[in-house]
Amino acid sequence: MLTYMIRRTLYMIPLLLIVSLFSFTLIKIMPGDFLTLARLNPLITEETLQTQIERFGLDKPFIVQYWFWLKNIVTRGDFGMSYETRMPVYKSLFLGNRLPWTVFIALSTLILTYIFAIPIGIYSATHQYKPSDHIITFLGFLGLSIPNFFFALVLLWLLVVVFHVGDYGLSVGNIMDMHYYGAPWSWDKIVNILWHMWPVWVVIGTSGMAGLIRLMRGNLLDTLALPYVTTARAKGLKERIVVYKHAVRNAINPLVTILGLTLPNLVAGSIVTAIVLNLPTVGRSYFAALQRQDEPVIMAGLLFFSLFLLIGNLLADFLLAWVDPRIRYD
Amino acid sequence: MARLFGKKKPPSQDEEQGYVSRSQGQMIWQAFKRHRIGNVGTAIVLLLVLGAIFAQFIGPYAYHKQFRSHPFAPPSKVHWRDENGSLSRPFVYSTTRTLDRTTYQTTYVEDTSTKYYIRFFKSGGSEHRIFGLFKTTAHLFAAVADDGSRTQIHLFGTDALGRDLFTRIMTGSWVSLAVGPLVILVSFPLGIVLGGLSGYYGGGVDMFIQRACEVMLAIPGLPILMAMGAALKGFGLSAILVFFGVIVALAVISWGGLARVIRGQVLAIREMDFVTAARAAGASDMRIILRHITPNLTSYLVVNATLTIPGMMLFEAALSFLGYGIQEPMTSWGQLLSVATNVGAIELHPWILIPGLFIVISVLAFNFMGDALRDAVDPYMIV
Repeated sequence: MLTYMIRRTLYMIPLLLIVSLFSFTLIKIMPGDFLTLARLNPLITEETLQTQIERFGLDKPFIVQYWFWLKNIVTRGDFGMSYETRMPVYKSLFLGNRLPWTVFIALSTLILTYIFAIPIGIYSATHQYKPSDHIITFLGFLGLSIPNFFFALVLLWLLVVVFHVGDYGLSVGNIMDMHYYGAPWSWDKIVNILWHMWPVWVVIGTSGMAGLIRLMRGNLLDTLALPYVTTARAKGLKERIVVYKHAVRNAINPLVTILGLTLPNLVAGSIVTAIVLNLPTVGRSYFAALQRQDEPVIMAGLLFFSLFLLIGNLLADFLLAWVDPRIRYD
Repeated sequence: MARLFGKKKPPSQDEEQGYVSRSQGQMIWQAFKRHRIGNVGTAIVLLLVLGAIFAQFIGPYAYHKQFRSHPFAPPSKVHWRDENGSLSRPFVYSTTRTLDRTTYQTTYVEDTSTKYYIRFFKSGGSEHRIFGLFKTTAHLFAAVADDGSRTQIHLFGTDALGRDLFTRIMTGSWVSLAVGPLVILVSFPLGIVLGGLSGYYGGGVDMFIQRACEVMLAIPGLPILMAMGAALKGFGLSAILVFFGVIVALAVISWGGLARVIRGQVLAIREMDFVTAARAAGASDMRIILRHITPNLTSYLVVNATLTIPGMMLFEAALSFLGYGIQEPMTSWGQLLSVATNVGAIELHPWILIPGLFIVISVLAFNFMGDALRDAVDPYMIV
């Protein structure tokens, strides 16, 4: 098992390398660079331009640029400097506390979707084809079908325009009111964050919820049809015990496995929501970098999302090996 | 279906005894018909497709027509009652834009002197061609007064340039609806051929293709699509090329998952007796893949397609919303929503959110259709 885990982890390195080469090519294909604007500016002399070009190695062939970029990351952990802000890339990408907030948003949404999806899935399965089951299925599909950004816009509109939450001193968007930034932790601050977070949870959570509910429902239905469940019923056990102690425990395995696959989806899925609701996440830094053609930051952003994805897949594999005793890797 | 086309078959012995024999297709059709919400979904999909085909006829104006005097005009009020309060044919009033001198907010005031009744199939609008062939100036509806004069009718209001949102939603619908099927047209051949080769031949080919799949699966979807969109935008390509670029980009990131599943299925089918029998009978590899293995995958592919379409629609909508998808002058539902970037815009002109409803309804309809199909083609479902 340990060798499997190590091998599986090491395998991420070549994958990341290829993804980085792919993204690097893509970025370099983009016409123009951050100096395009500077070239048009008569105040910037040819010499200044030349020093900038040399400084960032923009005159070198593509593969050499890639090599230097990679070498700096591997040997010095240096992702370069943001063209725009002249700050190290990681500072530009993780501006302020964006990394912890991104992880917090993804993890809290993940936990909440599971907390809601599992009981709802169980209820749906034990009430198969009843009106309540149909309603749950319909709402699940609705959540799946609403684009995150549109849902966020509608919530914004409802809260601000229809319910006028501003009249009660409440604001929407962002993660907390401005004056709480940098303020010491207090009860008020937590309440404020919770108020700002619930639309985020609702928007990002609903899109993943439908799939989880369907999965839980389907698995439980399959399990409930197995002979050992019939045996348990025949023994005269209470239905509650049959469902929760016998069936659910086995039906829940695949949900544990896809936990790892859900996490990166949440990080990527939150990009658009973060832009609409103005959340301090890595996704927003990435979007901003893309708009300014800030190549080093875009590259680092792509690597960050890719790494998240790979860690998620890794987690899924490990969880599968851990949960399912039939799977042995040697 | 057999009854609808061709002669009625004489009842077989089984049927006389009360047994009914059904073909695979009939069984799928029967199961599909039972899934009521799936049928509703299918009906909505068909309606939307019809709407997209006749977009220029249904929308009252040309999609690029700008009513400069009516920027951000709210949806036209359709009146059902005349000034006496009695029921009347639906009509609208013409509106003029006025500026409130104190708040500097624009409002549109109705001029109640003339009633413009909503009339159907009235010619005299903008010229367009149905199916690109028949030139006509007739549109589904127009607001025409008794003396034949017309006024503007904006069912869903207008945008910043005074373009009719209803017309643009209809025009944009073909882009939004076409994205999914077009992506499938590219990604399915890729996924099927690569997955099929990988599963059928195994060995080095399998190894290589599977590593390629893993790389594709390690690429984060939305971020890379945004970067691809930015690259496309940077080239200053025409809108139609950007549209195809977006489709290729979506296909490139989505074939990996399909290839994996196809490989697994082919691996399983390859070992079945009928394939061995075909091989023993001297069938070539190509014949086995195309005639013996592929038919076993069709049901999976059909289901996968109907579930891929809504996913791709959501991607396209998000990309276009962020400005990295469909570009002006082309339009799609997501692109129409891209003006709704801040609370201020939504507060003043809430009708710009309407295209989102179309996204939700069509994605929902596709999902229901896919769900019904999945149940219908599942051979283990007892109908």
